[in-house]
Amino acid sequence: MTKLKVATCSLAGCFGCHMSLLDIDEKLFDLVQAVEFDRSPITDIKHCGPCDIGIVEGGVCNAENVHVLKEFRRNCRILVAIGACAITGGIPAMRNNVDLWDCFQEVYHYGIGLENGQIPNDPELPLPFDKVHPINEVVRIDYFLPGCPPPADAIWKFLTDLAAGREPKLDYDMLHYD
Amino acid sequence: MPDYDVCDLPGIVARWGNDPANLVQILRNVQESCGTIPSDTLDRLARLLDVPRVRIEATASFYSFFHAESHGAYEILFSDNVIDRMAGKAELKQYLCERLWLEPRKLSEDGLVFVDDTADIGLADQAPAMLINGFAVPSLDKSRIDLVAELIRARKPLAEWPPMLFEIPDNIRKAGPLAGEPFTPGSALKAALARGAEATLAEVDASNLRGRGGAGFKTATKWASCRKAEGEAHYVVCNADEGEPGTFKDRVLLNSYADLVFEGMAVCARVIGARQGFLYLRGEYRNLLEKLEGVLARRRAAGLLGKNILGEPGFDFDIEIHLGAGAYICGEESALIESLEGKPGKPRNRPPYPDTCGYRNQPTVVNNVETFACAARIAERGGAGFAALGTPQSAGSKLISVSGDCRRPGIYEVPFGVSVRQILIDCGAEDAHAVQVSGPSGTCISFREFDRRIAFEDLPTAGAFMVFSRSRDMFEVARNFTHFFAHESCGFCTPCRVGTSLLRNTMDKLAAGKGSAYDMNEMKHIMHILRGMAHCGLGHTAANPVVQTMEKFPDAYEKRLKRLDFEPAFDLDGALATARLITGRDDEWAHLADD
Amino acid sequence: MTKTFRLDGREIPFKEGQTIIEAAAAAGVYIPHLCHHPEFKPHGSCKLCTVNIGGRLGAACTNHAAEGMAVESETEALNADRRALTQMLFVEGNHFCPSCEKSGNCQLQAVAYHLGMMTPHFPHFYPARDIDASHPDVLLERNRCILCELCVRASRDADGKNVFGIGGRGIRARLIVNSASGRLAETNMSVTDRAAEVCPTGAIIRKRHGFTVPIGQRLYDHHDIATQLPLPARRGEGRGEG
Repeated sequence: MTKLKVATCSLAGCFGCHMSLLDIDEKLFDLVQAVEFDRSPITDIKHCGPCDIGIVEGGVCNAENVHVLKEFRRNCRILVAIGACAITGGIPAMRNNVDLWDCFQEVYHYGIGLENGQIPNDPELPLPFDKVHPINEVVRIDYFLPGCPPPADAIWKFLTDLAAGREPKLDYDMLHYD
Repeated sequence: MPDYDVCDLPGIVARWGNDPANLVQILRNVQESCGTIPSDTLDRLARLLDVPRVRIEATASFYSFFHAESHGAYEILFSDNVIDRMAGKAELKQYLCERLWLEPRKLSEDGLVFVDDTADIGLADQAPAMLINGFAVPSLDKSRIDLVAELIRARKPLAEWPPMLFEIPDNIRKAGPLAGEPFTPGSALKAALARGAEATLAEVDASNLRGRGGAGFKTATKWASCRKAEGEAHYVVCNADEGEPGTFKDRVLLNSYADLVFEGMAVCARVIGARQGFLYLRGEYRNLLEKLEGVLARRRAAGLLGKNILGEPGFDFDIEIHLGAGAYICGEESALIESLEGKPGKPRNRPPYPDTCGYRNQPTVVNNVETFACAARIAERGGAGFAALGTPQSAGSKLISVSGDCRRPGIYEVPFGVSVRQILIDCGAEDAHAVQVSGPSGTCISFREFDRRIAFEDLPTAGAFMVFSRSRDMFEVARNFTHFFAHESCGFCTPCRVGTSLLRNTMDKLAAGKGSAYDMNEMKHIMHILRGMAHCGLGHTAANPVVQTMEKFPDAYEKRLKRLDFEPAFDLDGALATARLITGRDDEWAHLADD
Repeated sequence: MTKTFRLDGREIPFKEGQTIIEAAAAAGVYIPHLCHHPEFKPHGSCKLCTVNIGGRLGAACTNHAAEGMAVESETEALNADRRALTQMLFVEGNHFCPSCEKSGNCQLQAVAYHLGMMTPHFPHFYPARDIDASHPDVLLERNRCILCELCVRASRDADGKNVFGIGGRGIRARLIVNSASGRLAETNMSVTDRAAEVCPTGAIIRKRHGFTVPIGQRLYDHHDIATQLPLPARRGEGRGEG
C-alpha cells in the first residue's frame, strides 16, 4: 500500500491544532502506517513537495504566511484548513480592530522592559498585514475542520475519511468552534 | 449662513401637533433650521415628545439626509446614478472640490462647505445634477460649477442665488391622454360625486387600471378591499418617493399636474371613506414643496379639499405633505408607512397589507403618483376609454422617463404595449446597445431584445428607461447599481443587509482586476439567497443588475477576470502598505507580487 | 375539529392565529431560527426559518398556519440557504468563539452546528464595533450582535424600559442604547431585566457569570439545538450563563 503524503504547517496560530493532532495517542501508530509526512513541524522538512493532503493551522497575518500557504496550495492535492484561526482568523484576528501603528507602538516602544525601543526594518522579519485573515481568503481551500483546537478524535475521523476517499463527516460532538 | 441658534424646538414640535408619528418631519425641520441634528437635540425631542431617546436616535440615524455633525453652510450632494457618471459627474465634482480647496466627505477647513454623493435625485434627463442644501440644481457643467463656487466663496445665502440655477424644465417630449390634455380642477370630483362612490369604484375597475409604481396591482381591487375593511379611520397615501434611479416622471407630474394627482387622491378618499391623505414626497424633491403647498391651498379655497368638499355634506378630506429624508426603501409601501409614522423606513411583515392595516394600523390605500393621476382621468371620463388604450392586461398609457445615451431625454407618454425600439426611435437613440427598464430593480435588456414591449406582461416598469450606447461598459453600470443597493438596504434582514454589501465588494474586486470565476459563482450564489430569502422587493431584486448583465454582456465580465480559478479576497500587497510605511521597508520581502 | 397543515409531509395541528413556527414547535418539530422567541412579537429579520409554503418562500415565524397548507422545511436546499445566512451573520460581525463566554450556550453557534457549518465561507468584514463595559452588571459586546432585536423587544415589551434600539441602516446598522452618552451605564438597564438574558449570542452578557458552567458542559456542547426544549421551559434551570 502506498502511503499518503501529508504536509502540515502553522501560520498565525498557536500550534494547538498540531498538539491536538498528536493527541490521537496510540492511533499515531496507525497513522504512521498509513501516512508519510512531508513538510511539517514534526519532520522539520522546510519545503513541501507534491502531497496528497496539506493541513494548515492558523490564519494569515503576514507576508511570509502567504508564501507558505501558496507553497502548500501548489503542492497539495487536498488542502485542509484546521482550527478556528485558519477558518475565521481566530484569536490573532482580534487585533483587527486595533490600528497597526498602535500594535507596533505597543510592541516596540511601550512594551514592559523596553528602553529606547526601535521599530525594526530587518527584511528577515515577516511584514504584518493590516488585518489577520482566514486562509480561504488567500487560496482555495478544499475542507475545513473547525475547533480550537478540533478534538483529536475529530482530526482522526476527518483524516481517515479523507484517506479512504470519503467525504469527511463529523458527529455532532466533534463539531466545535471553541 | 444659517444661524445655528434659530432652532426653535418647541415651536417645530408644536407645528407637528406634538405627535411622535411626525418625527421624520420634525427632524427635517430641525435640520433645515439648525443645519444638523445634534445629540442633545435628541434628548430634548425625547422630552418634548415623551418618547424614549433611543427611538428618536433610531430614526435620526436611519435617513441619509440627517446628520449629527455639521455639513457647513453649504451642503452639496452630487447625484450618483450611472447616468450622472456618464454625463461627467466625477470630473465636475473633482473640479468643484478643487475650486473650493476641499476634499469630498470632509467639511472644508473654514467650516463652510461639505461635498459628497447621494443616490439618484430624479434628474436623469438633466444629468449631472446635485442638491445644494436639499435643493436640486440640474444640468451641471463647468460654467455652472464656476458660478456655484463663486456664490459659495462670496458666502451668498441660497435665497439670493440666481433662480435660473434651480430651474427644472419638465422635458415632456411626447404627451398622451394623461399629460397632453387639459384638466379642470374639480371636474373628476364632480363626476365622482354625481356617480357615487360605488359607481366610481366600478369605473376604476372597468378601466383595468394597474398600479404605476411597477408592481401592477389592480387599483380597483386595492380600493375595494380598503373600502370594505373596518377601522377607526381610512387613509389615502400618495407614494411620491420616486427613488428608483432613472425615474423622474413623478417629479414632472407633481410640478405640472399636481391637481390631477391631488384630485385622484380625493376621488380615492371618496371611494374608501378617508378623511386624511398624505403625499409622501421624496426629500430630493424639496424644491417642489412650496409649490405643492400652494396647490393644496388653492384647492382648499376652491372647495376641493377640506370640509364638505364641493358642498357635499360630510365629504371631508385633506392632504398633508410629508417629506422623505434620503431613503430609497421608503418607496416600498409598508416602509413608507413606517416613515410616515416617524420610524425608520423598514418594510413590515406582510400580510397584513396596508389596505387593511396601514397607517396607524388602519385601512390605507397607498398608490403611486401616476396611479392617482390616472384615477382622476378615469373618474372624469369613465373607465371604458382608459381600458381601450394599451393592451388587454396593461390598460392605458405610461409615462416613461428616458435618460442616458439619446438625443432627446425626457418624458414620453406611450400606450402600454409599445416596443422598446419605438421609444428608442422617438428619443433619438440610434446607437443604443442596452436599456435598463424600470431602474436597477427592473430589467436590463440588450439590443437583441429591443422588440420587447413595455407592459406588465412583458417589461413591467415604474417608468425608468436608461439608454446605454455601444461605448458604455455594462459592467460599470451594474457595479454602480450594486453600490446603490448596498447603500439603500435598510439592514433589517440578514440576506439583504449582508448580501448587498458582499455583492458590492465582489464587483469592486472585479473592477480592480482581481476577480476570478470563483467570484462570479459567488455572486450567483448570493443572488440566489437574496431572491429567495430577502424580506422585501429591494433585496429580491438587488442582484438583478449583476445577474442580467453577466448573462447578456458576459464579455464585460470575462475581460476583467484575472484568472479562472481563484483570487484572494483582498489585495495582498495593498494590505502590507501600512506596515511598509511604519517600518520604512521596501525590500523584496515587504511586497507580495502577483503570481 | 382541530385544523392541521402539512409540514414535510407530517400533519401538524394548529390553533387559529398560530404561526407556522409556533405550531411546529408545539408539535415538537424544530425549524432553525434566531430572531424568533416564543415570548415576543414575531420579527422575521434573520430569515433562518424560511420555509417553502406551497411553492413560495416565507418566514415560518411571521406566516400564519392555514388549513391544508403544505410546508417544506427540512430540505437540503433550504438548509443550504440557511447555512449561507448563518455564514453571513458570522462574517458581518466579529465572532471569535474561542474567546467568547457564551460559547456552548450561543444559539448562533448552535444553529451553525445544527446546519453543519464548517466555515463562515464569505470574506470577513471585520467591522470596528464598540464594547460597552460601563454597566456594573451587564456587558454589551457589539462585535457579537446579530441585530435580531430580541433585546429591543424584551426591553420594550417585557421590561417596559426601551433600553435598546437599532441605529443606522444597511451593513452599518448597530445596537444603540437609550442614553445621551450612548453608554449602557446611563440607562435604567438592570441585570434582572428580561433583556439581559434574551440575547441569543454573547452580545449582552451578565458580568461575572461567564464560566460558571465550564466549556464542554454547556447547553449545545453535546446536544443539537433541534433536540432542546423550547426556551421558556428552560428558564432558570441552572444553565450555564454567559
